[in-house]
Amino acid sequence: MTSLVELMDYDEVIEKYDPVLGLEVHVELHTNTKMFCGCANEFGGEPNTNTCPTCLGLPGSLPVVNGKAVESAIRIGLALNCEIAEWCRFARKNYFYPDMPKNFQTSQYDEPIAFNGWLDVTLDDGEVIRVEIERAHMEEDTGKSLHVGGATGRIHGAEHSLLDYNRAGVPLIEIVTKMIPGTGRRAPEVARAYVTALRDLLKALDVSDVRMDQGSLRCDANVSLSPKTTGALGTRTETKNVNSLRSVERAVRFEMTRQAAVLSSGGEVTQETRHFDESSGSTSPGRKKETAEDYRYFPEPDLVPIAPSREWVEQLRGTLPELPWERRARIQKEWNLTDEVLRDLVNANALDLIIATVEAGAKPDEARSWWVSYLAQQANTRGVDLPDLPITPAQVARVIELVNAGALTNKLAREAVNGVLAGEGSPDEVVEKRGLKVVSDDSALEKAVDEALAAQPDVAQKIRDGKVQAAGAIVGAVMKATKGQADAARVREIVLARCS
Amino acid sequence: MGFPIRIPTLRGLTGVPSISRDEVAHLAKLARLAVTEDELDLFAGQLDVILQSVATVGDIATADIPPTSHAVPLTNVFREDVVRPSLGQQQALSGAPEAEDGRFRVPRILGEEA
Repeated sequence: MTSLVELMDYDEVIEKYDPVLGLEVHVELHTNTKMFCGCANEFGGEPNTNTCPTCLGLPGSLPVVNGKAVESAIRIGLALNCEIAEWCRFARKNYFYPDMPKNFQTSQYDEPIAFNGWLDVTLDDGEVIRVEIERAHMEEDTGKSLHVGGATGRIHGAEHSLLDYNRAGVPLIEIVTKMIPGTGRRAPEVARAYVTALRDLLKALDVSDVRMDQGSLRCDANVSLSPKTTGALGTRTETKNVNSLRSVERAVRFEMTRQAAVLSSGGEVTQETRHFDESSGSTSPGRKKETAEDYRYFPEPDLVPIAPSREWVEQLRGTLPELPWERRARIQKEWNLTDEVLRDLVNANALDLIIATVEAGAKPDEARSWWVSYLAQQANTRGVDLPDLPITPAQVARVIELVNAGALTNKLAREAVNGVLAGEGSPDEVVEKRGLKVVSDDSALEKAVDEALAAQPDVAQKIRDGKVQAAGAIVGAVMKATKGQADAARVREIVLARCS
Repeated sequence: MGFPIRIPTLRGLTGVPSISRDEVAHLAKLARLAVTEDELDLFAGQLDVILQSVATVGDIATADIPPTSHAVPLTNVFREDVVRPSLGQQQALSGAPEAEDGRFRVPRILGEEA
């Protein structure tokens, strides 16, 4: 399909057009229950097991708002520097599509719970861009459709569809930015950086799993191009199915080059929803959307308005944790890190791990050294992100503790880490199972040294003659004989003492 | 506050339909109602009377009277975030015309609007 789409060279796009971004992020809250009923909110259950008359839209059922979800929505709004509505309502968004069995989605329309905020976003080189937030509103997620009979599992060409309503009614917060103009060449990077910053923020707030791969964080990217010659706003497209941070960047870039090619050939960009394809990195037209008016929004008669008291809002403001950027600023100061070092740690996803390792008892330098060198290498070898390595910061801290106590040498410590990564258990269990122990018993070491000296009499003679550097060969032999479990510095002392 | 429920302002209008035949046809399509040509004329006229009647409320309501959306003066009715038993798959699907693999089976979704 990609081959049929004409694209403009990226440099030329930037020369001729100014991209304008708009990002809509949907985040599923990880409350215990759904938004309007007491069904469990969980990912991956057997189809339709977490359903009840309310989320199936059966006649006579009535919704009741999950107070915890409202609390989370307000906390998200506050963290995004939004104003919190003094009074707002839910609305019915009416449409016929089987992902909502009620034939409407309960959402908020022109009375969002939070509005007019901003989020500062740090780009890879440290530049900070302020993204204005239009609103954050509460709604419910839809069911999951499985399209059968089509070539690619997509709705086009499918013969029929199968619906699982476990996800229908899961609390969802939609966070919408204002138009983001003026980012030029960096538009794709800004889009990715914004979603990254938002993800980190939501994670710190502990309101969602924020797993893009599982759909608990989803991004729709609106892109339009404004010709530099006229400065007129262009027609936008909305790209959905963008399921990773990298895809956010790719999708924006693809739409920029596609729209530019359409415009430069005298065509018009169609206002439509487009579907991002992960494997080809391209977008294709999705289903036609009805206009806002066609949704015939009206106030939800079954739910009374929400009027958060100012006392409640302030109380929730007090529950906000240290936010990611505040944390970074504090750590940079406390650990005396340069901007560059801090940025590298953030970009490598290492900072939070190092902080957690320090909180578990390690010194910052020690923790940093493990995560950015040995563990980073292991992650690289395995082709996973650092946070996905199967070792916890507390386990790393324990290994460091064992080294500091003299129970493990650096080499043994790496072996202990390897054991943890291989799923052999905690550091202590690996040490036990693999028999990792520093030989600190001098008599055992002396015996090993004597054996090594006897095996290499010429080397022994050199040392006796004052060639101290020759001791390295004996130390090496002893380390080998003790399978790296000896303290090399102590072995060296013994070698020199024996030869004096 | 203004939800876009389109109640045309009728003050000053006499005899001019406030809802057109095309609008009725569009609404019928959105509601998936099969309406005949004759019915479009009939319903446009009937809906017009209803809208005109409703619009008289607008003659009385002034800026200091907010539109009513709920009859009871309640706010902040919340539920504790505690799981309650669900129906379970079998019962959930029991009323479905068709089911497959534990899921509701529905006819092809696209096509009707193409």
